[in-house]
Amino acid sequence: MTVTNVLKDLDALTVTVTAEFDASTERVWQLWEDPRQLERWWGPPTYPATFVDHDLTVGGRVTYFMTGPDGDQPRGIWRVVEVDKPRRLEIENGFADESGKLVVDAPLMIMRVALTERDAGGTRMTIETSFASRGDMDRVLTMGFEEGITAAMGQIDGIL
Amino acid sequence: MVVELVENSIDQVFQALADSTRRDIVRRSLDGEHSVSTLAHHYPMSFAAVQKHVSVLERAELITKRRHGREQLVRGNVQTIRGAYEQLEQLEQVWRSRIGRMEEILTEDLNEGALT
Repeated sequence: MTVTNVLKDLDALTVTVTAEFDASTERVWQLWEDPRQLERWWGPPTYPATFVDHDLTVGGRVTYFMTGPDGDQPRGIWRVVEVDKPRRLEIENGFADESGKLVVDAPLMIMRVALTERDAGGTRMTIETSFASRGDMDRVLTMGFEEGITAAMGQIDGIL
Repeated sequence: MVVELVENSIDQVFQALADSTRRDIVRRSLDGEHSVSTLAHHYPMSFAAVQKHVSVLERAELITKRRHGREQLVRGNVQTIRGAYEQLEQLEQVWRSRIGRMEEILTEDLNEGALT
């Protein structure tokens, strides 16, 4: 069994998944670092992902689109918050518009990836995914938030 | 249930739950009805501010509100909260399948290694 543990925290809106692989941390890191490998696992077979920009440095941008069965192409964007190859990666994952810019009203998720070497060999990968608070809630609420979300909801199935 | 959740705007639920005061209101109102004025005593903020939190929660359908005389009574909506949990479960499934695909790629490495 690859996935060894799952923790769900409703208060922190966080899911933490731990998995173990029979591969070195360097090899597992490549799955994130190499866009061609990344697109082989990021999207489900029904929504394969194509990565466009892939700058895995602090402050860097990673953009991608997914292609759905009806030809719909929801877009996503990562902002790289922290990189410590081949151990840690922190990313903000949001929705992007046609021009690849972050859609401000759409939900934002934070992913924290940690790779550690297991004593028995291989790699333990922990991925913590949280729904981010967007702060300044009142502003968003008075800004036609619901409309923004309804539009984003159409995309969320594709992104997830 | 899925349709219900989508109509309910999942993200709105998460946004509503992203505030500690609002989470506390939900927690308190799950064990029965509380008036907004009773709830307001628990927080170092104005009645109006608490009322605002309550209306964010109401909009996200995390609580229901009804009038009783001059009081507004608030009760937690278990179904929506369960829905939020289901979202986390869905996220878990997303990662389980991603990890499954990662594993496939890593296994291919091994097979290729064995061939050469």
